[in-house]
Amino acid sequence: MRALPVGDDALLVEVASGEEARALHTELLRRRGEGSLSVREIVPAARTVLLDGLADPARLASELTTAVVPPAPPRAREVVELPVRYDGPDLADVAAHWGVTPREVARIHADTEFSVAFCGFAPGFGYLTGLPPRYDVPRRATPRTAVPAGAVALAGPYTGVYPRSSPGGWQLIGTTDSVLWDHTRVPAALLSPGTRVRFVPVGNS
Amino acid sequence: MTDRALGVVRAGALTTVQDLGRPGHAHLGVPRSGALDGPAAALVNRLVGNAPEAAVLETTLNGCALRPRSAVTVAVGGAPCRVTVDGRPVAWGAPLRVPAGALLDVGAAVSGVRSYVAVSGGIAVEPVLGSRSTDLLSGLGPPPLTDGTVLPLGRATRLHARVDVAPQPAPPAELVLRVTPGPRDDWFTPAAVRAFTSRAYRVSPASNRIGLRTEGPALERAVTRELPSEGVVLGAVQVPPDGRPVVFLADHPTTGGYPVVAVVRAADLPAAAQAVPGTPVRFVAVRRR
Repeated sequence: MRALPVGDDALLVEVASGEEARALHTELLRRRGEGSLSVREIVPAARTVLLDGLADPARLASELTTAVVPPAPPRAREVVELPVRYDGPDLADVAAHWGVTPREVARIHADTEFSVAFCGFAPGFGYLTGLPPRYDVPRRATPRTAVPAGAVALAGPYTGVYPRSSPGGWQLIGTTDSVLWDHTRVPAALLSPGTRVRFVPVGNS
Repeated sequence: MTDRALGVVRAGALTTVQDLGRPGHAHLGVPRSGALDGPAAALVNRLVGNAPEAAVLETTLNGCALRPRSAVTVAVGGAPCRVTVDGRPVAWGAPLRVPAGALLDVGAAVSGVRSYVAVSGGIAVEPVLGSRSTDLLSGLGPPPLTDGTVLPLGRATRLHARVDVAPQPAPPAELVLRVTPGPRDDWFTPAAVRAFTSRAYRVSPASNRIGLRTEGPALERAVTRELPSEGVVLGAVQVPPDGRPVVFLADHPTTGGYPVVAVVRAADLPAAAQAVPGTPVRFVAVRRR
C-alpha cells in the first residue's frame, strides 16, 4: 500500500488489486463511521482510494503505510436485479471478441454476479466487475455522440449502465428500464460502491 | 408565482445558478460544482445581507439582464462590468435597491470572465442533493438560464449588509498558479516536468466550468500504459493524450483515467475562473504545506 499526497489536503492510496481497494474502502468507511477519520470524500476506484478533505494527510499517510487492513467482509448486501433486453447494437461485435454467439454473450453476462467497484463518469454510473478477464473488450474506435439512457455496455473489464443519454465509447449489448439515477429518490443512486448486481433477461432475448 | 421572483430578460452567453456546491457525493460520480470564483460569490451575498450558502447568478463574459417582480437589494461583483437600472448607471460591487419591475442590466465583463449577481433572499430554485448549483458536467441542478426564465427568490432576511463596498481582486493579467507535484508526476519525463513549471502557457478558449484548458508545451509521458481510473480533486492538473495540461474546476469529473501531474492550490482557483482566453499562465512549484 502506497499513500501518494495529492495537493495539500488529499491522499491517493494505491493498492495492488480491486479486491484490496474494496477492503481498504470498507475499512475507511468503518473508521469514518466510528468517528476516527474526518474526511470530506472517500472515492474508491480501480486500484486506489482517494481521501479528499483531510486535516492532516501526512499523519494519515504514515499511519496507513503500516496499517493492517482486514480483508473486506463477504458481500452481505442484497443483490440489485436489473431487467435487461440483450438487444444492443454491438452485441455481434462483442460476440466476435469473445468467440461465441450473441445468444451466448447474453447467457454468460446474465449468469455473472457483478459488484460495483466504483462510480464515476456520471452520477449513478457504476463500474461493475465480475466477468473473467478473458471477456475484456476494447472501447469502440469511434465513440457514439449519444448513447441512450439504460444502455448496458462493456469496456475493458467493466460493465456499466448509462444513467442518462450521453456520449460514450463503450460496447452496447443491451437495454434496461431500471432508473439508475433519480435525484428525487433516496438514495438517488441505485448503485453505489459495493452494490451486488445481477442482470435478469426479459423479453425475447 | 408569487412576486418573490426574478424574470430573465437577457440570459447572456452562459448564466447559471451557483452556491457552495454539493461536495460529499464524489463516490457516486457527482461533481462538487458551485461558484467558480467562490470569494466573489461570498462577497456579493454579504453585500445584500444573504447567508453564505444563498444561491447567486454566475455570468460568463457578457452579463445578463433581469427584472425583479418586487423590490430587491442586489449586488454585482466578480468580473468588473457596467451595471444599469432602467438605463441609469449604478454602482458595481456595492448593494443597490432595484424597484419592482425595473430592468437591471449586468453588462459585459470589462475584464475577467464571470460576474456574480446576488439578490436579497437568494435564488430559491429547488435544491438537488442539498445544492442549487447548475452542474454542467452531469446536468444536475437548474439548467442554464434562458431568456424568459422566471427564478423564484427566497425570503429576504432582516440582516443588514455588514459592508457597503468592498475591494475585490482585479482579474489577472498573468495567471500564476502554485502547484504541488503529483500524484502522477512520475508518469512524465523529467524534461516534461521541468517544462511544466518553467515554460509559458496560455488560457485556451476551450476552457469552461469543468476545466481551465491551456495551450503551450505538450508534456511527454514516461509511462505510456493506460492509467486505471482514479479519484481526482479540485485543482488537479490532468494531462490528456494531447499533452496540454487541464486544471480541473468545480464541475470536474470525480474520477479520471489520465495522469495528474500536479495540483493547483485551492486559493489560486478563483483567479483561474477569471482568466480570459489568451491570458499567460505560469505553473509555479511550491512545497506541500
